Amino acid sequence: MILSRVAERIYWAARYLQRVESSARIVNAYTNLLMDLPREVNISWFNLVTLNNGEEEYDTRYKVRDERNVVKFTLVDDTNASSMLGSLSQVRENFRTTRDVVPENAWEMINELSSFAHESISNGGLNRAKRDEFLTQVINQCQMIQGYVASTMSHDAIWHIWRIGRAIERADMTTRLLEAGASILLDRSVSGQIQTPSIIWGNVLRSSSADHAYRRAVSSRVEGKEVPNFLLFNDLFPRSVNFCLREVEKSVKKLPKQRKIMETFSELAPLMESSVLQINAGADLDESFLLYINKLQIQLANLHQSFVETWFSLD
Amino acid sequence: MGINWKNYSNKNFYDELISPSGNPRLPAKQLASYLQSLDNDEVQRRQHLADAAIKDMGISFTVYTEEGNIDRSWPFDIIPRTISAKQWRITEKGLVQRLEALNLFINDLYHDQKIIKDGVVPRHILEQSVNFRKECVGVSPPHGVWAHICGTDLVRDGDGEFYVLEDNLRVPSGVSYMLENRSIMKRVLPELFDNDRILPVNHYCENLFETLSSLAPDVESPVIVVLTPGIYNSAYFEHAFLAQQMGVELVEGSDLTVAKNGCVYMKTIGGLSKVDVIYRRIDDMFLDPTVFHKDSVLGVPGLMKAWQKGNVALANAPGAGVADDKVVYAYVPQIIKYYLDQDPILPNVETFLCHDEVQRKYVIENIHKLVVKPANESGGYGMLVGPHSTKKDQAAFVELIKKNPRNYIAQPTLALSTAPTLVGGDQPEPRHLDLRPFILQGKKSYVTTGGLTRVAMKKGSLVVNSSQGGGSKDTWIVESEAKL
Repeated sequence: MILSRVAERIYWAARYLQRVESSARIVNAYTNLLMDLPREVNISWFNLVTLNNGEEEYDTRYKVRDERNVVKFTLVDDTNASSMLGSLSQVRENFRTTRDVVPENAWEMINELSSFAHESISNGGLNRAKRDEFLTQVINQCQMIQGYVASTMSHDAIWHIWRIGRAIERADMTTRLLEAGASILLDRSVSGQIQTPSIIWGNVLRSSSADHAYRRAVSSRVEGKEVPNFLLFNDLFPRSVNFCLREVEKSVKKLPKQRKIMETFSELAPLMESSVLQINAGADLDESFLLYINKLQIQLANLHQSFVETWFSLD
Repeated sequence: MGINWKNYSNKNFYDELISPSGNPRLPAKQLASYLQSLDNDEVQRRQHLADAAIKDMGISFTVYTEEGNIDRSWPFDIIPRTISAKQWRITEKGLVQRLEALNLFINDLYHDQKIIKDGVVPRHILEQSVNFRKECVGVSPPHGVWAHICGTDLVRDGDGEFYVLEDNLRVPSGVSYMLENRSIMKRVLPELFDNDRILPVNHYCENLFETLSSLAPDVESPVIVVLTPGIYNSAYFEHAFLAQQMGVELVEGSDLTVAKNGCVYMKTIGGLSKVDVIYRRIDDMFLDPTVFHKDSVLGVPGLMKAWQKGNVALANAPGAGVADDKVVYAYVPQIIKYYLDQDPILPNVETFLCHDEVQRKYVIENIHKLVVKPANESGGYGMLVGPHSTKKDQAAFVELIKKNPRNYIAQPTLALSTAPTLVGGDQPEPRHLDLRPFILQGKKSYVTTGGLTRVAMKKGSLVVNSSQGGGSKDTWIVESEAKL
């Protein structure tokens, strides 16, 4: 049986590892996005900070909201616990304190990734010229660790906790990306541009590495309204909110004391019926979409809270 | 150009690998000629490989400094230390003999105290022992064994013989480094494992598991846990390593609870789950705040009572440290004779007891030649190395001895053996070292093949503790006699 304390650390290790990958992906996608947008469209790098609710922390550290500072804040800032390096050291710390249950090589891999990231950054890995190569490498190494865990870990309680942490983090990140995309489009200064929506949604898809899956599933054209539909409700794509929640549910059912968690799930279920959102072709996204995303995020937080109360608290 | 053994000179001490004439000793023959065949760049490359492997494997220990705790990589030298299998087999027997006698001694102290009544060990030693626990009197742990895991420090003197320097019976550490040293070596000098008959070391964790299991004789497959003080402990790496290798849970005090029925449970995601054996890596005084240090948060309230009732086994048993005392150490030859009616196989280092008037006088007069140690410290702290000390240090120690004679012993400064060590240059230099084998005793006894070799990386230094600038080497027990 798995210790409550160990369960909690594994859960966070999984979340943070996913967060490392997400941070790398988002910065990469943004770097590409800004090259594609017409010059009149004034989308700022600062969206990356807003996306993670980091405005307050950012403003205490930086005056200028430019690319250099935002990239620094998102990737390396150690005052930002959710930065890529911050998350990486959280993974490492959680692995370190659960080394008795984590597959041996996963620990070595995370150490390697950590040395690699630190070295690359001190060698100018954040500059545009090297950034893509550096971040792609980080993403690959995260995938390698995921793959290693998936193919060597017994599917016991620890693995289910790991899977839950990963899925929750993915679902959460997907909602944030959608929120960020929608916010940009609702901004008047942007909405006038004809091509912009498809560029923005294309970027949202790339940020969640969903562009290929989307094209195969939906159509070759990136149509605004279809992207939220796909990323929220698609039941085959591993990073859609719906898919992630099913993953969580499957794993919860394999673990003890599930009643309370399943109750939280039933509160969440109505939000996962695609009819809840009236994103019809032709209609524009409006504020109600943002309200919906907000509700969804609150429910995800409740779900997280129910894990804490059921499994992790020691008393 | 590579290593040239003819230029390696170490005339004043016994060298583990190279004889005074510059020829490799028998167990080191293959090793020395292989190292000689590598050019300097290649030797450097292998050392870097080792350093990188240590970093990736996350082998570290914590150093406490004023600026905070630093997680430092394990300093490792790629030239192994060799010992012939023939000599090791005798040493092994001596170690088992010693621990068996010590366990009989501890058990006696907590029951009838026959050895004191018979006048073999003086009573005042017990009365003034800081590690004697009255809470343990009358308790009978399984197999009568109190110290299940022992780390015994051996040194080789100028005559090439092993001497016992001290017995660590409380929470000895270092075994994980011994095991990791070997896995680094296999990555760094894989070629040598083909030629030489280097005996494997990797049975330790299985034997530890078996030893711990034997402490719950009535349970079919006992639940074992490793109890750690947490990540800030300098040996946390080892605690996690051992738990992982044995496939048992690594727990902290707050993960455990003693229930109303007097049994110990761990808190899991499914509720409470019973624990049968605790391999505890925290000191006696922190085990149970209701009995020992009241403000300790590392331990488990009620744990001592659970142990006294036999509801849970603790390894090592509380109170085992009573024999881990440098004054008791001086009596070990008599202890072996008394309980086993055997002569000790491994000799002690000559030891002067300061509570004895005649010996104390000798110590004070000769303090510049002696090593003075407190009876109950570990980690090489609080000692005086006479020949390396100032007059002022010596005078301070004389005062300490006079104030509390029971607490000090002195030993001659040993001509500790050396081994060739890479310390930056291309050519190895001799550095002093010791050896810590680990001995297990439960239902059966077991000794590690070799042990952890610790090296004083500073020239001329005799202090090998990792907290004070020591490093380590892999230890090879080599079967060098031809076997047909």
